[in-house]
Amino acid sequence: MTDLLPVDGYLVEQLPDVWFGVVMFALAMYIVLDGFDFGIGMLYATREDEADRETLLAAFGPIWDANEVWLIAFGTMLLAAFPRAYSRLLADNYLLVLGFVLALLFRGVAPELREQREDEEWQWTCDVSFVVGSTLAPLLFGVLAGRWVFDAATLSIPALLTGVGLVTVSIATGAAFLAAKTDPALAAEMRDYGIVATLAYLGGLVALLVTVVMTDAGRVAETVLSAPAATIAGLSIAAGVGGIVLARRGRYRQWLASALALPGLLSVLVALLLYPNIYPPTGLTVREAVVSPLALNLVTVLGLPVLLLVVWYFKFLYTVFSGPVTGDSYSG
Amino acid sequence: MPTTAFLSADPGWMAFLSPEIASRAQFGWTITVHIIFAALSVGLAPFIIYFTWKGVSTDDERFSKLRSFWTNVFAVGFVMGTVTGIPMSFQFGTNFPRFSAVAGELIGGPLAFEAKMAFFLEAIFLGVLLFGRERVSDRTYVLSSVLVGVGAWLSGFWILVVNAWMQTPRGYEMVTRNGMEIATLTDPVAAFFTPRLPWMYVHMINASVISVALLVGGVSAYLVWKKPSSKAWTTALKIAVLILLVSAPLQAIHGDAYGRHVADTQPQKFAAMEAHYETGRADLHLVAVPTRPSALTDPRAENLFTVSLPGMGSFLASGGDPNAEVLGLNEYEENPPVALVFWSFRIMVGLGFLFIGLALWGGSLIYRGTLAENSRFLKAMMVASPLGYAALLTGWYVTEIGRQPWVIQGVLRTNDAISRSLTSFQATATLIGFVLIYVGLIAVALLVLRWMVLDELRELSVIETSRDTDRDPVPQVGDDD
Repeated sequence: MTDLLPVDGYLVEQLPDVWFGVVMFALAMYIVLDGFDFGIGMLYATREDEADRETLLAAFGPIWDANEVWLIAFGTMLLAAFPRAYSRLLADNYLLVLGFVLALLFRGVAPELREQREDEEWQWTCDVSFVVGSTLAPLLFGVLAGRWVFDAATLSIPALLTGVGLVTVSIATGAAFLAAKTDPALAAEMRDYGIVATLAYLGGLVALLVTVVMTDAGRVAETVLSAPAATIAGLSIAAGVGGIVLARRGRYRQWLASALALPGLLSVLVALLLYPNIYPPTGLTVREAVVSPLALNLVTVLGLPVLLLVVWYFKFLYTVFSGPVTGDSYSG
Repeated sequence: MPTTAFLSADPGWMAFLSPEIASRAQFGWTITVHIIFAALSVGLAPFIIYFTWKGVSTDDERFSKLRSFWTNVFAVGFVMGTVTGIPMSFQFGTNFPRFSAVAGELIGGPLAFEAKMAFFLEAIFLGVLLFGRERVSDRTYVLSSVLVGVGAWLSGFWILVVNAWMQTPRGYEMVTRNGMEIATLTDPVAAFFTPRLPWMYVHMINASVISVALLVGGVSAYLVWKKPSSKAWTTALKIAVLILLVSAPLQAIHGDAYGRHVADTQPQKFAAMEAHYETGRADLHLVAVPTRPSALTDPRAENLFTVSLPGMGSFLASGGDPNAEVLGLNEYEENPPVALVFWSFRIMVGLGFLFIGLALWGGSLIYRGTLAENSRFLKAMMVASPLGYAALLTGWYVTEIGRQPWVIQGVLRTNDAISRSLTSFQATATLIGFVLIYVGLIAVALLVLRWMVLDELRELSVIETSRDTDRDPVPQVGDDD
């Protein structure tokens, strides 16, 4: 294989930058797909009725673990391409990372365990664990992202606003997802929650960007004021406002599309603010932090085609599980 | 190791474990729990594929029932495997960042391939298998069960590519980059297909199959014992015994050859497995019983009552010479915790032979057509149901603890792989957190299995249906687009 793959240079000159893009793509897939699952988990707290709860769990059910694999894909690809950044990022944020993965643990096992037994106390415990995990996971992951991008302290305004931003955008996408998948009465309620969450997200995003410009957190003020970042902020506001209009008109599928654009754009913003670094405290640029040519060429040739196949699986999966959900479709 | 090394004094009234000890314990503990569920996926896959295929192709109710029961177990196991696997994958960075930085080029690729090629496959098609019976064709449904199995087995492959490299590293060169000495990939074929890989893969996959065959066998034996006329569970028991008849003897034959390979490539580990301190002729201790308590924590031949084959250790290590010199532990500056390796190895091998006996007993009962009637055998299967896991985990401890003080054999010491910014408090507090939460997870997993078995007993009308499990049907909305 060494003869087939170049050892002394990257397959294409821009390959390190391509991999920065690939890692950020996995991050985007994760916060988009697991984001609406988190949103469903938080909106679950608003449901008192057992049938409603089962409907929400059914919407959440079949594919959450596949959505979560994007987190593992993100982590392992970051390790594979940028091991120095991976190790420093996780070591510097020890308690935050472990808090986040434990929140994911509670979020993940709760619905699976809930359906195993018809017992009120048991189900109540699972429900609490589900809601708390679904709230804490995006909050902690957002704070982590805030620390990462803005080089900020855990209890600083940029980090906390990023955390709250991920929570609100998750509620917005979760509400849109549920509105598109459930009966009209439930959808109408979800629409109202979704509109509030979207407004909160847009407000939080503006507050975050203003704070960052004023304090120059992470020395990204200049980047925030540049044309590409301003475009992304503008597109986010357009997608948010457009989504609200669509939601009010009852066009839930279109609303879902514009809502899902919000976490997608957020990931692009993260990428933009980081580049050309990948984890600023290391002081290494993408090109300096990336692995040697042979290793990167190898993960490109073996890994990238598989990534395309995975995207195709997801298309298949969401086709199989398209259409409205019902309470009793969540059972083995 | 003196106790002071375990404890580092923190200010005030409390002492915490050192970051190294706490990180090792934390990783060891999380991987222990994760392996239980990962091995469940690997071992159950063939059962699920068979039951799904037979269920779809014959319309025999026996197989639909078995498919539904074991797919549900698989799903719970898979969820547990996912939620315990995510913290583990991040511990490479949180607790062992220097390992990730040094070996990232070598281990990152295979770990990323695991996520992309195997884990996605398993997660996605398990969704279809669990919830898609009415939504996809029979063919796609059976194919989904096969893809779930392929995902599980492939997942094990890529993980073991990483682990095998850590045992017998090849295909790299140490190079200084950005002020740090790191392993740079020079030969992917050598690095991925290390000498250890085939040994580990066969041994680990087969251990998973044995563990799950014992679990399926134990649950089936219980249900058959409760309801001898149950055709489905008699079938499941028979299949489990047949699988054991092949896998248990294979593991012993393979394990013997694997031991020789370890003696060649990791002599220190081999010496620890036999508590062999003085370089010279090595005996093989078939049975070892401590004659005084200290031998439990510090096993040495003179403090043990042993039944040994003289020179057999030398014979095995050298491939035929009973007088061959085998390096002793005294040759090394620092040794792994010998007691853990020595006793783990004995438990694993002892259980392995027990499984062969059990398989032969079951096989003879199948031959005589009295499998479902022999209540002694049924009880033995019930008792044995967790023992496959005991063998699997102790085997894993031999492999992992036996490699210490190295995290990458001969390249990087575990102590040098630990985070420099990690405090004793953080490491200890999270260790306690993981222990409590994972104990809870295992308890819940066992509870769920118990509920499933009780539900099954209700369905077999062995116990009465209690009224509080009935509930109103949930209103159904639409079917599809």
